[in-house]
Amino acid sequence: MPIHVSLIHFLFISAILFSFGVYAVVTRRNAIMVLMGIELILNSANINFIAFGRYGAMNLDGQMASVFVIILAACEAAVALAIVLNIYQQFNTVNVDEVDSMRE
Amino acid sequence: MTQELLLQLSLAVLLLPLLSFLLLIFFGKKLPRQGDIVATSILGLALLTSFVILFAKLILFHDELLNFTFTWVDFKMVAGIGHLTLDLGIMIDNITAIMLVVVTLISFLVHVFSTAYMSGDIRYSRYFAYLGFFSFSMLGIVITNNFFMMYVFWELVGISSYLLIGHWYEKKSASDASMKAFIVNRIGDVGMFIGINILWANFHTLTFEGIFSAISGGHIPFDSNPWLTAAGILIFCGAIGKSAQFPLHVWLPDAMEGPTPVSALIHAATMVAAGVYLIARAFPMMTADALVFIAYIGAITAFIAATIAIAQNDIKKVLAYSTVSQLGYMVMGLGVGAYTAGFFHLVTHAAFKAGLFLASGSVIHAMHNALHHQHDHQTDPQDIRNMGGLKRKMPITFWAFVVYTLAISGVPLTSGFLSKDEILAGTLAFGNITGHMLIPIIGFLVAGLTAFYMFRVVILTFLGEHRDSARFEHLHESPKPMTIPLIVLACLSFFAFYSFNPIGASSGWFFHAVERPVSVVPNAVAAASAQMFEEAVHDVHYTAMYLSLSVAGLGILLAFATYYWKKISAEAFAMALSPVHSFLMNKWYFDELYQATAVSGTLGLSRLLAWFDSKVIDGTVNGVATVTRQMSFASGKFDSVVVDGLVNLVAYLTGLFGLVLRKIQTGRVQTYIAFVLVGVMVFFFIYRAV
Repeated sequence: MPIHVSLIHFLFISAILFSFGVYAVVTRRNAIMVLMGIELILNSANINFIAFGRYGAMNLDGQMASVFVIILAACEAAVALAIVLNIYQQFNTVNVDEVDSMRE
Repeated sequence: MTQELLLQLSLAVLLLPLLSFLLLIFFGKKLPRQGDIVATSILGLALLTSFVILFAKLILFHDELLNFTFTWVDFKMVAGIGHLTLDLGIMIDNITAIMLVVVTLISFLVHVFSTAYMSGDIRYSRYFAYLGFFSFSMLGIVITNNFFMMYVFWELVGISSYLLIGHWYEKKSASDASMKAFIVNRIGDVGMFIGINILWANFHTLTFEGIFSAISGGHIPFDSNPWLTAAGILIFCGAIGKSAQFPLHVWLPDAMEGPTPVSALIHAATMVAAGVYLIARAFPMMTADALVFIAYIGAITAFIAATIAIAQNDIKKVLAYSTVSQLGYMVMGLGVGAYTAGFFHLVTHAAFKAGLFLASGSVIHAMHNALHHQHDHQTDPQDIRNMGGLKRKMPITFWAFVVYTLAISGVPLTSGFLSKDEILAGTLAFGNITGHMLIPIIGFLVAGLTAFYMFRVVILTFLGEHRDSARFEHLHESPKPMTIPLIVLACLSFFAFYSFNPIGASSGWFFHAVERPVSVVPNAVAAASAQMFEEAVHDVHYTAMYLSLSVAGLGILLAFATYYWKKISAEAFAMALSPVHSFLMNKWYFDELYQATAVSGTLGLSRLLAWFDSKVIDGTVNGVATVTRQMSFASGKFDSVVVDGLVNLVAYLTGLFGLVLRKIQTGRVQTYIAFVLVGVMVFFFIYRAV
């Protein structure tokens, strides 16, 4: 029987993407991989915004928010990469497991 | 010459010897001749002033009492009593004036005598200082008008006696004797102190005037006559100690360890007379029972001492027991009511007994020098068996001694005869009034014994032949400072100073000056009135005189028969009655008795208390210390094991926790993000329904 695509399907997608992103952040050893995970999370949030823009009450505000998120994601990615560069210069590795000098 | 001036002069007399004491004790060594001239002159000045006071009092104020009282402590208002004060002061009545002269005169003569007797002594200036201190204390006793000051000066006199008896304190017997004198005195003083307290508690005043007027106003201690008798007897206890009455007479013979002039001053003429003076002062408050008690004590003392004296060989010991016996006479005289006679005997006895001691000092001085010449340090210079024939070598001493002996034996034309006769008449009158005939019997018996033992001394010392003719050559008369006082005192032993009637003194100035005070005691417990007593004395006067002359004559005869004409053998007598003889020679074993009872008892008690202190008290203290140490040990163990263990446990647990919890901090951001997410999910699921 035909399933109409509604809000809930987009929310599911974004939820799944979000959890993939969280999984990537929490589990990956490479710092770049962690950043990718963060991008995934951001993008899932974007999907959420768009979905609410199309099906919810937000209308064009959803898309507007999404543009903001993309911009901020870009800036944050730039900063994050700069940090990763600094970490590499300090620790000589991009393996986050080895950046544990705050460990007891 | 006003009353105030006389009182001020008497204060001067009191303080001059104190000045002598202070000068000599602080500057003695630096003064010329170590201060003896200074001391003697000060006493001489005091003597002159006393004469002035005596003459002024007897001529200008014959029947008046000069009194000066001031409040020393004001207790303000006391609950139940009102305004309470402690009043002190001085007074001069006729007996005070006479005593001032007696004390300063004997003291002055002793000072003069000592300049020769004690020359070269190891502590010369201190000796004179103490003589001055004693004179001050004795004058304080006679001049005061209240029991408080009298007690203070009483104790001062005791201290002076201690210091003077122990003058040669390197000798153990001397320091023992001085301590014995002081302690035995103190025993009597306890009784006196209790008596004074009874008076203070009831009358709230200690002046004689205050007490006597309170009693005559009907106020009796604790409202019971037995308490009044008790107060009188307790005050008399002080006299028992000070005047060496039975049973506290044991210190006086030992006091002969002191220098002979000291014996003359203190233990013959003045200090021991203080007790008699006290009874005379307290006379108005004595009940008949108290007076009978006093009379018996005096009689017993006189008897015991006289019997001991006949068996003594040391010249000073004979005189010491003679003093005890004569003091017994004085006390007896006051006890039977012969007030003036008892006091009269005090004055005459002061002269001839001081003379006897000074003369014996002269003899001892000569014997000592002679033995020194012979390098003989074994023979006792004081033993009369080593003497004899001294009449030829020491005539002045001999004739003076004879005069004194006649006086003490009660031979007519001497002062001693007058006073002893009056006392014996008094005892006979007392026996007639009250029926206590034992007292006159003892009195006459002792008079006979006195004559006997005194003449025994005269004969053995001065008459006959000296034991060692070599020693005899070295004997010679004493220097002038020693013989002049002897002559003065010998003159004073004649009757003429006191009465122009050689056989009766009642018409003389003395008996007019010294009248028996009126008793303030209630009639129920009072002794015979003065009037009744006077009449009884008058009745028996001639009987007493004949009796006393006979016993004295018998005594003298017996002495000559035994020791001079050698008709009776003293040795055979002594051997036949050897238990009696040794009993007398050993002083009735009083010292042994006291040693076995009081002294051993006190020492035993003190040993018991010392044992208690070292075993029980110290044991307790040590035990507490030990317990404390044990407890501190246990506490320490507890601290190191339990407390430290706990602390260590906490630290260990913390470490354990830390070890575990530390694992959370991985230093990896991903771990932290994971925690955050877990937390968010938890919150989500808890608050999902909200």
